[in-house]
Amino acid sequence: MVRLYARVAAGGFRRYATYRVATAAGVFTNTVFGFIMAYAYIALWEQRPQLGGYDLSQAVTFVWLGQTLLMACALMGGGVEDELIERIRTGDIAVDLYRPADLQLWWLACDLGRAAFHLLGRGLVPLLVGALAFDLALPSSWWTWPAFLLSVVLGVVVGFAVRFLVALSAFWLLDGAGVAQMCWLAGLFFSGMLLPLNVFPGVLGEVARALPWSSLLQVPADVLLGERTGWELAGAYAFQAGWAVVLLGAGRLVQAAATRRVVVQGG
Amino acid sequence: MRVDVIEVDAVEKVFDVRRRAGRLRRERHRVRAVDGVSFTVRSGEVVGYIGPNGAGKSTTVKMLTGILTPSAGRVRVAGIDPSRERTRLARRIGVVFGQRSTLWWDLPLRDSYRLIHRLYRVPDAVFRANLERCVELLDLAPLLEVPVRQLSLGQRMRGEIAAALLHDPEVLYLDEPTIGLDVVSKARVRGFLRDLNEERGTTVLLTTHDLTDIEQLCGRVVVIDHGRVVYDGALGGLHEAGESERMLVVDLEREFAPVGLAGVRVVRVEGPRQWLAFPAARSAAPLVAELARRYPLVDLSVREPDIEAVIARMYAGRSA
Amino acid sequence: MRGRVPRRGVRAADGVRAYGLIVGMWVRSTMAYRLSFAMTAFGNLAATAFDFVAILLMFSHVEALGGWSLPEVAFLYGTTSTAFGLADLVLGSVDRLGRRVRDGTLDVLLVRPVPVLAQVAADRFALRRLGRVVQGLLVLGYALATVEVQWTPGRVAAVPLMVLCGGALFAAVFVAGAAFQFFAQDAAEVQNAFTYGGNTLLQYPPSIFAKDLVRGVTFVVPLAFVNWVPAMYVLGRQSPIGLPAWCALLPPFVAAAALAAAGLAWRAGLRAYRSTGS
Repeated sequence: MVRLYARVAAGGFRRYATYRVATAAGVFTNTVFGFIMAYAYIALWEQRPQLGGYDLSQAVTFVWLGQTLLMACALMGGGVEDELIERIRTGDIAVDLYRPADLQLWWLACDLGRAAFHLLGRGLVPLLVGALAFDLALPSSWWTWPAFLLSVVLGVVVGFAVRFLVALSAFWLLDGAGVAQMCWLAGLFFSGMLLPLNVFPGVLGEVARALPWSSLLQVPADVLLGERTGWELAGAYAFQAGWAVVLLGAGRLVQAAATRRVVVQGG
Repeated sequence: MRVDVIEVDAVEKVFDVRRRAGRLRRERHRVRAVDGVSFTVRSGEVVGYIGPNGAGKSTTVKMLTGILTPSAGRVRVAGIDPSRERTRLARRIGVVFGQRSTLWWDLPLRDSYRLIHRLYRVPDAVFRANLERCVELLDLAPLLEVPVRQLSLGQRMRGEIAAALLHDPEVLYLDEPTIGLDVVSKARVRGFLRDLNEERGTTVLLTTHDLTDIEQLCGRVVVIDHGRVVYDGALGGLHEAGESERMLVVDLEREFAPVGLAGVRVVRVEGPRQWLAFPAARSAAPLVAELARRYPLVDLSVREPDIEAVIARMYAGRSA
Repeated sequence: MRGRVPRRGVRAADGVRAYGLIVGMWVRSTMAYRLSFAMTAFGNLAATAFDFVAILLMFSHVEALGGWSLPEVAFLYGTTSTAFGLADLVLGSVDRLGRRVRDGTLDVLLVRPVPVLAQVAADRFALRRLGRVVQGLLVLGYALATVEVQWTPGRVAAVPLMVLCGGALFAAVFVAGAAFQFFAQDAAEVQNAFTYGGNTLLQYPPSIFAKDLVRGVTFVVPLAFVNWVPAMYVLGRQSPIGLPAWCALLPPFVAAAALAAAGLAWRAGLRAYRSTGS
């Protein structure tokens, strides 16, 4: 069973890896945005050093981490949910439901494969360019990297769980595009992509940091920047894993309802 | 008076194709999609332009419509050089791409026609007359107010053909006009094209894989393969050259030994189902009657030979 | 009806007319899904609103960014967003060109008696993109109401001119990007770096960026003429790269030159497509 899902994930990786020109074009665009936002943050942090607990180089690092994880965590959409919505709309989903594999795990495996490709293909180069052009606050000890990677994986799972729920709404709504757009908007804002969540003032900041989307960028970035170590690191993982369990569970409930619906309608 | 409305003279089209060779390396090589094709079509002719996939059919049609510029040679359609005066030519030709719709998915069929009326600046009276005729002959009246997405494939194809004719084109190009249609829709489309040609003298060039299209419509076929014209003449000649066969697929009540009938070749047996090949020129009716008399027949269907098979056989016959 | 050879001016008029006709069809198509239209229109407005909220959050911590006050930054934001929104509304769809080349539907447009650019620009015209224009105008309105400027007739006239010329500049970038897709069909994202990226860049004051970057968007991809350069005049500020004051008069000329260059690029791209078919 594990081997099956590993194969599905590898398939997801390969499928996205075929678009080489598109990948190069995306890397270029990510890098351009990295530069623009880096300068904006520099202007902000030069006036308010230690804003949100970050120093200047941490803030700039946060920008480049955002560009690194933008595609991997599908912060602006572009994950497997587009295809899932399309399959639901066309009715091909019935085929998936009769496969001897779990629907949610199948698509999760796909999405993890995709995320792995996007992290390497789309994320690595902008981070390297950022490190060359700016003074980044990269970890001093090697083990921070695997700790960061684990947090990214958990972030991808949380992100997938949300996007899976959104995609399943297409069973009931004629056109899932509107909901999907709303969802990635929320993700964009509450992940910290537009501004780190620790800079959000007061209650807005507290709410934003408690929402699942903070798992996608803010938490992994804090892990890499060394803001979360020891018990706090364990707390960060628990936060992400907690949301993953809750949202995946909700996904299963909705999936069961959707399956009944398909069976009743006869596909 | 009949004039040459399509002139194709020693036309070539060469593409540079890049292929992946290994992980990162790419190889360039040249492909001659069309390699010295010449033919002329006189006004009022209906010509089938046929050949296997990748033979250069659609590349030729793209040069005739001005989409592609030829690498060498001369093309004239209605006296116009398509690649130099593409938009001027567009008013005088109609094009139906079998797989690519020109109709508006979410809007009633009538709206698509209204757009063509205005885009092509068709005079009101001409447009009304043409639409009326198309609606009547293609039986579109009940479909005009229906959004295109709700039409069946056959209804949509009829809609597409009407759309290509509303501006009174002299030449009509049809790319696989009957692909995927049911028998009734196919017959209706063919009947309409025949009438159109007889009444209006519209010149028709069609590409197809369906031999029946050719049989019922085209007085002449041009066969292209590997970018060259390999046959240009009457359909009968093609049949002779290819000695084509039709296929009778019969389901018998249970398994039998291969059926023994004069002039019939058993190609395949699969349980109670048998595939019987017989010369295309021969009628299927007496054959079926004979079969029914001698065997417990459950079901049967006749499959027409496709172009590819005919052409393949044509080559085999020639080299033998 | 037959045998007319349209001259260039007639062709341009033909193109605009065809554009209008096709846009009308898309608007009616959209209205077939009213709820979805309402949601995506609102989504578009909200999407663009979020990045202004991010700027507001920045200003909750500082008085000025790169020496520019919030109303001044809002002025930059409002002008570029409105200009970009207009260009995106009118011909943002041209970035689908690569897809049309790949799936062969571009050929359908080539056999119609109207300019291809007009058809591609009108393709999938989306009224919901008005959301961005509306949001840009709201921010611009806020900026004009709060910014401290000695309003002269010249400065007042400069604001609408900025938006129009800025829209034309972004339009040129859209068309040039589409022309590039004739050669690299999968490279639609590169265009985003200049359109969406350019718009994001211009929302911030030029003083915060490296001078070479500012020179790049002034002399290479002349997006600085959307708002940075004319804002020098309207807000009475110095150029960080020492441009003389009269440069504020240039946007109409720069926009015209950019459009002409983009038009040439488009023609070259279309010619290449028709000789390679891919």
